[in-house]
Amino acid sequence: MTSAGAPERSGTTRGGGTLYRGDLGMWSWVAHRITGVLTFFFLFTHVLDTALVRVSPNAYDAVIETYKNPVVNLFEVGLVGAVLYHALNGIRVMLVDFWEKGAKYQRVMLWTVLAVWVVVMIPGFYFMMERTISDLVGGH
Amino acid sequence: MSLALDKPRQPRRPAARRSNGELYSWLFMRLSGLLLVVLVLGHLFIMNILDGGVHKINFGFVAGRWASPFWQFWDLAMLWLAQIHGGNGVRTVINDYARKDSTRFWLKMLLYVSMVLIVSLGTFVIFTFDPNISSN
Repeated sequence: MTSAGAPERSGTTRGGGTLYRGDLGMWSWVAHRITGVLTFFFLFTHVLDTALVRVSPNAYDAVIETYKNPVVNLFEVGLVGAVLYHALNGIRVMLVDFWEKGAKYQRVMLWTVLAVWVVVMIPGFYFMMERTISDLVGGH
Repeated sequence: MSLALDKPRQPRRPAARRSNGELYSWLFMRLSGLLLVVLVLGHLFIMNILDGGVHKINFGFVAGRWASPFWQFWDLAMLWLAQIHGGNGVRTVINDYARKDSTRFWLKMLLYVSMVLIVSLGTFVIFTFDPNISSN
């Protein structure tokens, strides 16, 4: 991505840690934006569906049923994954900004973020999908 | 082909017209982010993972939680912080990608209206929730 039109910048990607574009740090920023915007759009929907508790218990229970649908349940895993990445990478951003060694360790911290994400999401996926999968596989 | 970029920190506006708004916005994102890590991850853990995850949620479950001022305050703080944090993030995204001033203006108006709507509705629901509302 950086190599084609900008020969003057070649070879500097990893050395000084000053170059940003096309490097891993840029992709962590892209992912931070995408997960943030998606979460904000979900929040809009989520406050509206929760507001149905003010209408009637039946209206609320009916809309919550859609959250228990297997496909929607899978989207919830995606939502939790997006929020978890945004939270972990947000802590990394704060460390880069406020910790004197933050910029030096930003790359290590990104791999740590991804490692923690995987370690949390594996049991997370299991517990979030347990009921849905047992219903699908074992019959109701 | 070299990159044609403006020099950073080149003053374009007279110093007197600058405000610290973006600094406070930047600081707010970090402070609210820190609180939201606890509030939102806690919320997701309780709602989606603990005790059968989403399948346990119904009107009775919500009524049980909002019987406690602790969870009412938790949800109220989460609503306000998440909405302002997320709205400020989307504001930045609009500023970055909108190409015409009129597009930028109207997208931000739409954003601000939706933020006021969601914060007001959510706050109203938390404060006026009635566990004995008729079940029709």
